[in-house]
Amino acid sequence: MLIKFKTHNTMKKSVLFFAAFATFVSMNINAQDVYFTKNAKVNFNASPAEPIEVIDAVNNEGTSFLNTTKGEIVFAVLIKGFRFERALMEEHFNENYMESTKFPKGDFKGKIDNLSEVNFSKDGSYKVKVSGNLTIHGITKPTTADGVINVKAGKISATSNFSVKLADYKIDRPSVVANKINETVKISVSANYELKK
Amino acid sequence: MKQSLVTFIFISFFSLSGICQPDDLSKMLEEEMGNSNEPDYATATFKTTRLVNGHTNEQVAPGVLDFRIGHRFGAFNTGVYNFFGLDQASMRMAFEYGINDWLMIGAGRSTYQKTYDGFIKAKILRQQKGKRNVPLSINYLGAMAVKTLKFSNPENTNYFTSNFFYTHQLIIARKFSESFSLQVLPTVVHRNLVEKSIDEHDIFAIGVGGRMKLSKRTCVNVEYFYQINKPRDVINSLAIAFDIETGGHVFQLAFTNAAAMIEHAFITQSVGRWDKGDVIGGFNLSRVFTLKDPRKKGTKNEDVQSK
Repeated sequence: MLIKFKTHNTMKKSVLFFAAFATFVSMNINAQDVYFTKNAKVNFNASPAEPIEVIDAVNNEGTSFLNTTKGEIVFAVLIKGFRFERALMEEHFNENYMESTKFPKGDFKGKIDNLSEVNFSKDGSYKVKVSGNLTIHGITKPTTADGVINVKAGKISATSNFSVKLADYKIDRPSVVANKINETVKISVSANYELKK
Repeated sequence: MKQSLVTFIFISFFSLSGICQPDDLSKMLEEEMGNSNEPDYATATFKTTRLVNGHTNEQVAPGVLDFRIGHRFGAFNTGVYNFFGLDQASMRMAFEYGINDWLMIGAGRSTYQKTYDGFIKAKILRQQKGKRNVPLSINYLGAMAVKTLKFSNPENTNYFTSNFFYTHQLIIARKFSESFSLQVLPTVVHRNLVEKSIDEHDIFAIGVGGRMKLSKRTCVNVEYFYQINKPRDVINSLAIAFDIETGGHVFQLAFTNAAAMIEHAFITQSVGRWDKGDVIGGFNLSRVFTLKDPRKKGTKNEDVQSK
């Protein structure tokens, strides 16, 4: 009886130790597998096939987090942070199309579907499929996009190109400007991640 | 017993590692977006730099040239003979330019008394939220005008400087909501020459103006200037305009009792009476040209947009 109790106790201790160790390890991993950036570049082009004037803008202040073990990726930009060549176009973009006071940011929350094909600890260029929810103009839609993840000397960068339809996000395109603005807007994203400390 | 203990630890281990997982990134994102240091400025308080005749707190963006044509017909009550005023026309043509984020300049020529005018407008305070909360914006407008109409008494000793007019104005504006903005404009107009010695050289006035959006691209503006020491035979200026925005330019359809479109003239020299139908119709047209791409610093004029 006494012996039995003793064994049990050692067992308990070792299991506890294991648990503590595992928790410690898992926490350690958690701290090391989150990457982030505050200056991701988001570009869009809404010019029609034969542009009367080019409609494009860039935002260099995108924020993004990437969890390399879980394959989760999130992205957000302030709509007012998009810079146009023409100030008036920028004003109209914010005032009339994006209503950026009401809907100040656009974001994406999703995951890498083929995470197993990406080796974050080995240099290389990995094609990824990303799926998740894209929120623009206050409207959230499930979206998928193709992208590329580059790993070089421990640095991770990601790029992706995809398109959205204005109508899907209830962005009005009045008939007077129908030939000036493309119904489908091309978006490109690029981010150079750093380890989140 | 052993089994249950292992299961318990297993579960607690999972839940522990789970704590900082699923919505973790979203939370981090929210936090990161939340502590942005960028002030959130109120933009597009008004559609353009003018409400009707008078200025708004809006300024032309840096590196942007605004070509403006203001056109006023004759008074409506001149009847069918003058085709309700459409036979007559008075205009102001101007080039206005945004030097930097807070300063703009402009120069124009009006047919009204053959007047040349120039002005500077500067932002003193910007309505903003975020790091600092500023409830309103304040701009300063300094304008000068010289009328080049021939002197009515050529036999008198006339000085060129007699034709000078100066306006100093503060534009205190607030965007209350997406569709409603209001501004108050304390103004002083100095006239170098007045008709009679009892006339005052300095006229003090307070302007009030507001806009209400009718749709995303149209709005109605009302503007009234009350003169504190109003000169004889002059009416306070009241004007209404409809802004219609069409891509690269703003079209303003105006109804006013003022024939002129420059500060000293429409504030202190308007004579039309709204109640007598002495109303002048007209329009303001603004077309902007981007001379410098704000995304490329130090860009020269070679990439002038000429559309």
